[in-house]
Amino acid sequence: MTAFFGQWLTYDWAWALATICGILLIALPLMLGVAMIIYVDRKIWAAMALRKGPNVVGPFGLLQSFADGAKVFLQETIIPSAANKGLFLIAPIITFTVALLAWAVIPFNSGAILANINVGLLYVLAISSLGVYGTVIAGWSSNSKYPFFSAMRASAQMISYEVSIGFILICVVLWAGTFNMNGIVLAQKGHVFGLLNGFVFNPLLFPMWVMFLISGMAETQRAPFDLTEAESELVAGYQTEYSSMSFALYWLGEYANVLLMCALNATLFWGGYLPPLDWAPLYLIPGFIWLLLKIFFFFFIFSWVKATVPRYRYDQLMRLGWKVFLPISLLWVFLVSGYLMLTGHFA
Amino acid sequence: MIQVIAFYLFAALAILAGALTILSRNPVHSVLWLIVAFFNAAGLMVLCGAEFIAMLLVIVYVGAVAVLFLFVVMMLDIDFAELRAGFIRNFPLGMLLAVVLFVELFVGLIARGAGKLTLGKPDGSAAPLAHASNIEAIGTLLYTRYLFLFEAAGIILLVAMIGAIVLTHRQRSDVRGQNVSKQVARRPEEATRNVSPEVGKGVSL
Repeated sequence: MTAFFGQWLTYDWAWALATICGILLIALPLMLGVAMIIYVDRKIWAAMALRKGPNVVGPFGLLQSFADGAKVFLQETIIPSAANKGLFLIAPIITFTVALLAWAVIPFNSGAILANINVGLLYVLAISSLGVYGTVIAGWSSNSKYPFFSAMRASAQMISYEVSIGFILICVVLWAGTFNMNGIVLAQKGHVFGLLNGFVFNPLLFPMWVMFLISGMAETQRAPFDLTEAESELVAGYQTEYSSMSFALYWLGEYANVLLMCALNATLFWGGYLPPLDWAPLYLIPGFIWLLLKIFFFFFIFSWVKATVPRYRYDQLMRLGWKVFLPISLLWVFLVSGYLMLTGHFA
Repeated sequence: MIQVIAFYLFAALAILAGALTILSRNPVHSVLWLIVAFFNAAGLMVLCGAEFIAMLLVIVYVGAVAVLFLFVVMMLDIDFAELRAGFIRNFPLGMLLAVVLFVELFVGLIARGAGKLTLGKPDGSAAPLAHASNIEAIGTLLYTRYLFLFEAAGIILLVAMIGAIVLTHRQRSDVRGQNVSKQVARRPEEATRNVSPEVGKGVSL
């Protein structure tokens, strides 16, 4: 795209314009995807509870999310009088922005990646570690009990699971030999017997994928780890005092984050834009279709878990993060690096 | 051109955020400005081509250290009058430190002007592996030439961590903790029993 704009502009400005176009190309379909995935989530949830779910607005209720969006857009933004106004308004913007930022390094097809940087995976870790600020700032600036409890829970929870996510990703990076997201996807091509694309088919990395999926649920504060917005204890957690658009930003940000986790699962363990089998006819289907299918599959798992599993207790959450996942993932770093040294992977 | 704009943007924001870190009245605002400063410093590092260090700065400082800072500061009971009294008392010491730092900076600039110091050029010639990525270059240095120093740093951190745990950990026998394996091993037969009482009769527990 830089070359296309380069016909009329100097390289710098052509690059800037191409990047802005790339951002819009990712962010706008993503927003539409988030609106639709909220509908999908409600439908899956309803089906598991033997209900019908949204079915009034538009055919099959397809336009429900847009109706909800229009509704919150027209509502008044209420700012509590004791709140810290600036931070109170910035917090949802942080959550929403951070949820979009990490998509810059997700490869949608070979070459279709906004920022093909060689620290791609570290960038994802860095951005996802920022996500906690939206919650913590909201909780503190609301100047209200329940949001504050929620903020404290969020900061402890997200740090705990980031540690084990870091070790899990080290296993993947060791095997791929690169932090570049595109490189990680390509390293999975024909990974098992030259037949299956994806680290998940590797018996040594399969447990890591299971742990990554669970940690991802904790990191995005989805059920069963949604202690930050546990409605039976904390009203609505950090978003208790929010209304209208600022509430909707949390809503959109949460689902964009869940989609990002699904995309990371697909990219890091399930071969990203590669088809599951390394078989030539499957490559006729464009890569981003495979990626979307995988994202959808993982989103279904997320919804399924949300609909069926009861919420964790706080001490169980901490125990799982620190006493189960952390030692196991640390052990796995040893196992994986030991195996790779033994088989001369690094030679 | 874009690099120049980005440099001035990051640099100006970093200085502004740094100044606001010490000028804000509210400690929580201070921590948040500090985070903005970290973030802009990471941006400057990316511009230098040190993308690995930049990402580590964000992951470690913004993602973990500053969150813990915020966690502690958020729960403080802030007394502004006391803060201001402390400011007057510590002002001379602070000024002294500022003067020392400024003089050091000035000496450095003079020395560079006199041609005694040369700054490294970011053309990659100082890296141990030419044309290798940041991560490979740093890894090669850390695990070969500086292996013992690196391991020693790791051991010092481990000792500090164990020390902190030893200092703060205490075994309390009067608190009933959760025994997860016991909870998981519990079966319905041990916890419940089926009774079919006659109408009008109670059940003895």
